[in-house]
Amino acid sequence: MARSNSDKMVRQLEKKPTGIVGFDEITGGGLPAGRPSLICGGAGAGKTLFSIEFIIRGALQYKEPGVILTFEEKATDLETNVASLGFNLKKLQKDKLVWIDHIHVDRSEIAETGEYDLDGLFIRLGYAIDSIGAKRVMLDTIENLFSGLSNEGILRAELRRLFTWLKDKGVTTIITGEKGINTLTRQGLEEYVSDCVLLLEHRVINQISTRLLRVVKYRGSVHGTNEYPFLIDEQGISVLPVTSLRLDNEVSSQRVSSGIPTLDAMLSGSGFFRGSSILISGTAGTGKTSIAAYFADASCKRKERCLYFAFEESPRQIVRNMKSIGIDLQKHEDAGLLKIQSSRPTLQGLELHLLTIHKLVKQFKPRTVILDPITNLVTIGSMSEVKSMLIRLIDFLQVEKITVLFTALVYEKDNTVQTDEGVSSLVDAWILVRDIEANGERNRGIYIMKSRGMQHSNRVREFVITDTGLELVDVYLGPKGILVGSAREAEQLNEVTGVELRTHALSFKDRVLERKKTVLEAKIASLREEFESMQDDLNKTFREEELTNAIMEKNRQQAGNKSKPGKSNYGKS
Amino acid sequence: MAKASKVKKAAPKAVEERWQLRLYVAGNTPKSAAALTNLKKYCELHLDGRYEIEVIDLLVNPQLAAGDQILAIPTLVRKVPIPIRKIIGDLSNEEKVLVGLDIKTVKKQHA
Repeated sequence: MARSNSDKMVRQLEKKPTGIVGFDEITGGGLPAGRPSLICGGAGAGKTLFSIEFIIRGALQYKEPGVILTFEEKATDLETNVASLGFNLKKLQKDKLVWIDHIHVDRSEIAETGEYDLDGLFIRLGYAIDSIGAKRVMLDTIENLFSGLSNEGILRAELRRLFTWLKDKGVTTIITGEKGINTLTRQGLEEYVSDCVLLLEHRVINQISTRLLRVVKYRGSVHGTNEYPFLIDEQGISVLPVTSLRLDNEVSSQRVSSGIPTLDAMLSGSGFFRGSSILISGTAGTGKTSIAAYFADASCKRKERCLYFAFEESPRQIVRNMKSIGIDLQKHEDAGLLKIQSSRPTLQGLELHLLTIHKLVKQFKPRTVILDPITNLVTIGSMSEVKSMLIRLIDFLQVEKITVLFTALVYEKDNTVQTDEGVSSLVDAWILVRDIEANGERNRGIYIMKSRGMQHSNRVREFVITDTGLELVDVYLGPKGILVGSAREAEQLNEVTGVELRTHALSFKDRVLERKKTVLEAKIASLREEFESMQDDLNKTFREEELTNAIMEKNRQQAGNKSKPGKSNYGKS
Repeated sequence: MAKASKVKKAAPKAVEERWQLRLYVAGNTPKSAAALTNLKKYCELHLDGRYEIEVIDLLVNPQLAAGDQILAIPTLVRKVPIPIRKIIGDLSNEEKVLVGLDIKTVKKQHA
């Protein structure tokens, strides 16, 4: 086992890290060491910047000096261009970490007669490499030679020789090439540089541009094959590896409060799971942002950082609005616990939004992330794109054990409870806030559609926003259906009166009954008396008869005893 | 041609401008040798003593390549008269060299 491992180690291609965020992840370490790599793309795709970052980061982070051989921009132009990224090329040149040579080819100045070669270029490059002991070289854009020199046969032969020579020198080279119509590069450079080819693209969909990077080819190495969106900002290029996601993240059974005690109560008493994803959906103006703000507030009160992405309102606006319901977000912002990041969804493509979120999450290290609302993202991508972006976001945040709360707008007309973004199946908890319109007023009803892994209330609650905050009130479920708002209050009042009246009525009826009972009992008593007297009567008659009979019998016996000796007596009496 | 050497043919006429030519080579390759031979021949023929040829071997002095923006070898650079002109190749085509150096007109004027 160990042996096969070490064999593998020997055979594996050595790589030079570029230092570009995310890129080294996709390629498993960077560009092939000691070999030329081609980076191609259209105008403004970021080829030069990518290459320069490779050189500068190499010099700064990996202590590998680099040579920049530019056929387009002058050294001073380059210095200015990268100064905006915070790189000081002048200083690097002084420190002998970077060598810039500008090669200027102008056809009008040059006449060609007979055979020549490009030894001049080799010598200049060789001199530059040897002067600073360079390990990295950048050629930007070598195709310019084709416009400067007319003998293509010589040029092609010389380019081939150049790339072999660079390989022999053991320098890691990055060569830029303009994208051709049907080929990767206009002059077919990919023919000579066959070790690693990267393609940068700048795609505009629905007026929103996304920069994409793809590893077309990487000889001797596994690599990601997708198109990876990348971002150019004040920190240079960052590439987002989007597919390195698995469903094996650890889960926490710790609970976090939603900030609304009554809502927590609906969620078996203690709120959401840490690291879970929560969706709050509802029609316009139902208080989704308020719930989100409460959640943010609760997070900050636990001294956990919260990152709030607002796609509709500016930070100041949110702070002001939330003050009206009794939440002071400003305090948390000042304490550095809350960061509200506002941006229009249309500012950039979906992938870039995702990338921005990634970057900010890595920087700010929050425990809670809020996206308010995700609905607007649909304006810049199709439903499936938004869904895939959100899947990746949820996955990423779950890996980081960050609780995420989305809000989503549901349109009034379709009363189906599906959200537009189709994320309802992805989230762990889904809370729906709905308008309930009745009796000329609108009220909010809140219920929990689902909450994975915990018992939750199935009741609809009325959701009341007051000056002091949010409150969930039990709705009135009466014979007339669900009553909310003033109708509920009226009904509740009615009910109280009803109870009062009923108690009153009850006691009255009780008394009547009592009286009836007394009367009846009296009647029963008299009847019983009557019955007893009748019985006595009857008994008396019986008794009398019995007595008479008995006496008669007695008399007869007496009489019989006297006349016993002679039967004649019997006849006589 | 192991090092930079100057081949001077100094016979200046007062009003005539002098031609300063610089030939960049890299070691003693056949192409470089041919270029130098050709150049000398044309100069003798057309510039007759009003020229200076400076041969620079970039293998010896590689730092000099950047100054004149040398890419190809051999390269002939006309420093004076201005504007600077460059001719690359072994200079085998006389007409092209003369056009490139803008010598013909000079010759015509002279004649």
